[in-house]
Amino acid sequence: MADKVLMKGNEAIAEAALTAGCRHFFGYPITPQTEISAYMAKKMPKIGGTFLQAESEIAAINMVYGASAAGVRTMTSSSSPGISLKSEGLSYLAGADLPAVIVNIQRGGPGLGGIRPSQSDYFQATRAAGHGDFHMIVLAPTTVQEMFDLTIEAFDLADRFRMTAMILGDGMLGQVMEPVDISKGKEQEVIEKDWALTGTKNKRKHNLANSLYLEAEELESLNIKRFERYKQVEELARAEHYLTEDADVIVVAYGICARIAKNAIDEAREEGIKVGLIRPITLWPFPKKDLLKASETAKAFVVVEMSMGQMIQDVELSIRCSKPVLLCNRTGGMVPEPEEVIGAIRNANQEGRS
Amino acid sequence: MEIVFDRPKALTDIANHYCPGCTHGIIHRLVAEVMDELDITGSTVGVAPVGCSVFAYNYFECDMAQAAHGRAPAVATGLKRAIPENMVFTYQGDGDLAAIGTAEIVHAAARGENITVIFVNNAIYGMTGGQMAPTTLPGQVTQTSPYGRDTVTAGHPIKVCELLSTLEGTAYAERVSLDSVKNIRNAKKAIKKAFEYQQAKKGFSIVELLSTCSTNWGLEPVEAMKWLQDNMLPFYPLGVYKDKEAEV
Repeated sequence: MADKVLMKGNEAIAEAALTAGCRHFFGYPITPQTEISAYMAKKMPKIGGTFLQAESEIAAINMVYGASAAGVRTMTSSSSPGISLKSEGLSYLAGADLPAVIVNIQRGGPGLGGIRPSQSDYFQATRAAGHGDFHMIVLAPTTVQEMFDLTIEAFDLADRFRMTAMILGDGMLGQVMEPVDISKGKEQEVIEKDWALTGTKNKRKHNLANSLYLEAEELESLNIKRFERYKQVEELARAEHYLTEDADVIVVAYGICARIAKNAIDEAREEGIKVGLIRPITLWPFPKKDLLKASETAKAFVVVEMSMGQMIQDVELSIRCSKPVLLCNRTGGMVPEPEEVIGAIRNANQEGRS
Repeated sequence: MEIVFDRPKALTDIANHYCPGCTHGIIHRLVAEVMDELDITGSTVGVAPVGCSVFAYNYFECDMAQAAHGRAPAVATGLKRAIPENMVFTYQGDGDLAAIGTAEIVHAAARGENITVIFVNNAIYGMTGGQMAPTTLPGQVTQTSPYGRDTVTAGHPIKVCELLSTLEGTAYAERVSLDSVKNIRNAKKAIKKAFEYQQAKKGFSIVELLSTCSTNWGLEPVEAMKWLQDNMLPFYPLGVYKDKEAEV
């Protein structure tokens, strides 16, 4: 029998991290993700793990850097303003090719913003997590079950590609309670980390975690090499398709917006509009191929997101601006209503016909 | 023939990049000698700073991590918590530790993080070309205090050992100097003690080393030593500021 438990999204992420073998968590309190820290504080001491509440987000991400450099699975979680503070560390992790899982349960911004759900850190997550040329793997769950599953996957991907993987959720997903099958915790990939700072034991040359290269040629070649590795990651881009086969209108949405969009799509279908959903599961790499293929038959697109329009740029780029793309958005912590999405679908359907 | 003086095994056989008259070379050697004597090179991970000594990772035979400016104590915390049986030390300058990394050092000490901090205080920013540091003396001329540090506008220097010794988690804090053979010997003793405290899991240990920066002070190496003796020693008194062992 499936081992289903009722959990908050935030708790599912924490439980998944433990399932994935993460025994080192470093965090700093911020709403609406504190349940992750609380869960870790409760569980870690009982299984011989480390829960440490750092003095700041900056310290927390650098503790992650140290633990990752030592070769262990490690995680930190935060929400939007806290992720901004972590951006220095994210860049250094990338520069030193260190794996780690970062959770961002987004809230409205900019600045201190609010504490209600948002998706306005999309650019930050997929474009500019910190200074320099680098990417993070960005996974976008839409259910509590997926928060569990994708967190486990994030640890595997981070280790496999020696890069940071972010779980990009939002305040609503973090707080919602749903049954989760936690027995699905699959066997973890164990990757030999011969680069880790475990102490030489006087048996090997010393290892180094570093991102400083004063020779421009050397740094350029390292960056190019890193982006060659990213090409392999890009092969992993994926999305969920819902009623897209005959769709004239394609709605593109991730996270909580995708759930709202599904309801809207069901209602619009009853009105006779052929509409479907492409839900990116990986935001970086973005499922460009799925969208490009859909653009061959679809007449118009609707992007639903809780920002002033960020993912819409990836959609437009993916379909090479070949079809109209309408934005249906709320911001500042507001969540779109299904009626707003239906309205946008109707408009897109009209525009697609003309 | 008996060899009486040799390169410590914990130091790589690479010529260092430091300026003539700089004391980083001496400090590297002292840390390496201690690593040899305690036979811990294979189980030690060092954390290099941002600043002149950023390349410390090239000079030690142990595993090394390079940290963002000021973040070495946090990186060291992660390294130590991941593998507690390893010895972990940070090597930090005064800009790194007493300015941008003040929060990290204070909280690592407050937690009693079982790491050893090698703190190099030369009263100036070195790598960026001689700007005012938190440790710059009142009246001291630097690139960004061209009329001498005015404590009214630029505030007062931070005395790190005094500050950290007030924290419960600090097991050992000593200030030493590198201006004479006698003081260099004391410096080595302090460094060794700091590592031994970590071995014995006593908590946070820090050795502050008063050092020179001939280049940015604009003084010949010998004059720089004299300047340290005349100006830094009176302002930053040497001695043990915290020793939990001695308190018992």
